[in-house]
Amino acid sequence: MESSRIEQLLDKYLNAETTLQEEEVLQDYFTSHNVAPHLTQYSALFGYFAESKTERYTKTIQLNTQKKNWKWLSVAASVVLLFSVYTGYNKLYPANSGLSESEMAEAKRALADTQKAFQMLSKNMNKGTAAIGYLENYETTTNKIFKNK
Amino acid sequence: MKQSEFLNMVMPLKDKVFRFSKRLLVSTEEAEDATQELFLKLWRNREKISSYKNVEAFAMTMTKNYCFDRLKSKQASNMSLVHSNYKEKGTSLDRRTELNDSVSIVHQLIAKLPEQQRMIIQLRDVEQYEFEEIGKMLDIKPTAVRVALSRARKTIREQLIKQHNYGII
Repeated sequence: MESSRIEQLLDKYLNAETTLQEEEVLQDYFTSHNVAPHLTQYSALFGYFAESKTERYTKTIQLNTQKKNWKWLSVAASVVLLFSVYTGYNKLYPANSGLSESEMAEAKRALADTQKAFQMLSKNMNKGTAAIGYLENYETTTNKIFKNK
Repeated sequence: MKQSEFLNMVMPLKDKVFRFSKRLLVSTEEAEDATQELFLKLWRNREKISSYKNVEAFAMTMTKNYCFDRLKSKQASNMSLVHSNYKEKGTSLDRRTELNDSVSIVHQLIAKLPEQQRMIIQLRDVEQYEFEEIGKMLDIKPTAVRVALSRARKTIREQLIKQHNYGII
């Protein structure tokens, strides 16, 4: 393209009167390899614009991570809350099942011991009553004897 | 609105949003954070989006406002201001020694422009929007866009010619 036309366009360009199409013509001219020597300082400008257009955003944009995180946080918080209420309740009002295993075993042993003791007591008691039976027998016979007398 | 619809509608804008916020915030990491944050915002307002006629203009306006807020909060805290000064010096030094490229000089020249002109150069010369659209995005009249754009282009050209004559390029 003849340089006089380019010069005309440049004047328009500097007054910001060029259309987008005309600016594209300038861009093409100055990024090509045969630029008129007296216009070379412009190729830096248009070269820079051409280069700027190719710059890209290379990272991935994350849209809903933050929202998801909040949801999970609320679920976790409610679980923690339920758990703490549960354990707190058990501490305040301990049920039978609230005993530890060793305590449980000890209680069982104590129960067995007490039952054994009661059994021994009742056995001896029965021995005693049996003896009293003899005594009663003795009394009736003596009564017989004394009445008969 | 379903996620797939939203993605089809808004995701093609992600590069434009990223480039625009980078133009304003300078640092790539900050522009990436801003892009991520802006798309989350758009996603949260997805019900409202469908009622907008021009989603693209809406997204760019949102980007502008968000970046301005970021810049303000950056200025408010001294720490990050010091940090960004240090960083910017580093990159320009890197550029000067490593590349010494005329293209990167244009980058420097644009970075020196006032914010308004910087945004307009970005939206016109890189993203190729019409003046009407840019006016809507920045909430100014199309004629004001034209004036600012002309001023910005002339400033850049003058600087380029100056550096060309001094033989820096």
